[in-house]
Amino acid sequence: MKRRLKVEEAFFRVMMNLSTAFILLILGVIIYSVFEKGMKAISWEMLTSIPSGGYYYGKGGGILNAIVGSMTLAFGATILAFLIGLPVALYINVFLHGKKKLVNLIRFILDLIWGIPSIVYGAFGFTLMVLVGLQTSLLAGIITVTLFILPIMIRSMDEILRTVPDGLMEATYSLGSNKSELAFKIFTRQSVSGIITAVLLSFGRAIGDAASVLFTAGYTDNLPNSLMEPVATLPLSIFFQLSSPVPEVQERAYASALVLTVIILIVSLFSRGLGKRYHKTKINF
Amino acid sequence: MLISLSLVAFLPFLLFSVLYFKSFLLLRDFGLGQLIFSHSWHPSRGEFGFYPFIIGSIWVTLLAILISTPICLLTAINVTQYARKRFLRIMHPVIDILAGIPSVVYGVWGILVIVPFISRYLGPWLGIKTMGYSILAAAFVLSIMIIPFILNIMIEIFKTIPMELKEAALSLGSTKWQMVKHVLLRKALPGIIAAVGFGLARAFGETMAVLMVVGNVVKVPTSVFDPGYTLPALIANNYGEVLSIPQYDSALMFAALLLLVVSLFFNLLMHFFISRYNKY
Repeated sequence: MKRRLKVEEAFFRVMMNLSTAFILLILGVIIYSVFEKGMKAISWEMLTSIPSGGYYYGKGGGILNAIVGSMTLAFGATILAFLIGLPVALYINVFLHGKKKLVNLIRFILDLIWGIPSIVYGAFGFTLMVLVGLQTSLLAGIITVTLFILPIMIRSMDEILRTVPDGLMEATYSLGSNKSELAFKIFTRQSVSGIITAVLLSFGRAIGDAASVLFTAGYTDNLPNSLMEPVATLPLSIFFQLSSPVPEVQERAYASALVLTVIILIVSLFSRGLGKRYHKTKINF
Repeated sequence: MLISLSLVAFLPFLLFSVLYFKSFLLLRDFGLGQLIFSHSWHPSRGEFGFYPFIIGSIWVTLLAILISTPICLLTAINVTQYARKRFLRIMHPVIDILAGIPSVVYGVWGILVIVPFISRYLGPWLGIKTMGYSILAAAFVLSIMIIPFILNIMIEIFKTIPMELKEAALSLGSTKWQMVKHVLLRKALPGIIAAVGFGLARAFGETMAVLMVVGNVVKVPTSVFDPGYTLPALIANNYGEVLSIPQYDSALMFAALLLLVVSLFFNLLMHFFISRYNKY
């Protein structure tokens, strides 16, 4: 009996360590294979020029259109989502403070929206677009992506705002301030690090998602210069180049994947670094 | 503030009604049962059977869950019960990065690594001829993609299990593994189910990575080495050409509606499982 227990425990410990090692290994393999393939194909020209004629048959040019396009789209959507999201998160935590049932219901709905696949947003955005007579454009892409990252933004900010201690709230009230002051002056300042993390997290989502921009943002070889024109995005440029039969173009898809991965890694590093840095302004209890 | 809030709160209803309204054309002409259970998909002839796509989606999702659940469970137990505290601090960035990698990059990785692995090694080794682009490849890529979600929830759940409970078990003379098996896992079971359910919902709606490795052949798959087609891939692949045929447009909206309903249903269900951990 005793021995069987020991064997069982040893067996599961080995399995546990194997699973943990497997996850670490997989991450390593993903990063390695993307870097290894991408480094071979990447060049300065690729990063700094737009596709020239015959680019999709392996001739010169680059993916600047997609890099700039993705950045513009993700920035636009993040800013818009921030402008809508911060008030919602503050409202939940300041004005609805104490109304537990209602707050829980709102959080629940937000979690539900978070779970909706991005392709559904894509289809929805496309329908809206057709309804109001809009073409595939930067604007339509921004609106769709905003809807898609909104729950992520609000819920991550909410998780931080709800940790603001009641004592701080009461102290602010006792000094005679009203709810808006409490929300925008105290809560926001107290949660700067968390808000930055939320914004960067949403930005990462926005720049990496392809399914929601597939029908709404369109694709173009030019740099974006108007809200009403189509815009190229990195995920889609990877996808399109990869489906080409020409080997050189496929190589470029790997290089584009490298660019996207590096952007994501930088964003995630930044959110860790900034989060730590602004922690200092926080009053600790 | 209120305007923003109401916009967000009504978003799911808005999504549902718009998609329902758009797919109404198809639902009226064919009826729900026929759409879901019919095998023949010939949009140009006006035949819309979603069965191959639904089955493809279910296969891919279930396989992915089967692969990632044990891995996540074992790892979560390992990092919360056995490993040193410092290790958890290493694990968090790993989970963050895995969750942050865009699905297109997962797709690229699948094409670079998984597809050749299946077509060159796994297939021949089992004596099966396969292209590599298959249900199995999609399931494998998907299982990696949902690991961070499931693992994260499981770690959080295991952290909520009170220390006293574990100490009580240990003081009665049980070994650590007995404690894990009889106390931790039993107490965390609803949370584990919820974690798997959330993973399931996420896997069901994943588009790009699956689209890139699943093969996209409209056929009811008979083995995991067969190529298949999933609902999200169907929408993503065909959007360009549908505007000319209103029924086709409606069909893709119906697919989106199905995805929405499945995702809402699973998330709702799992919240009931997880609500007892007073997350709210």
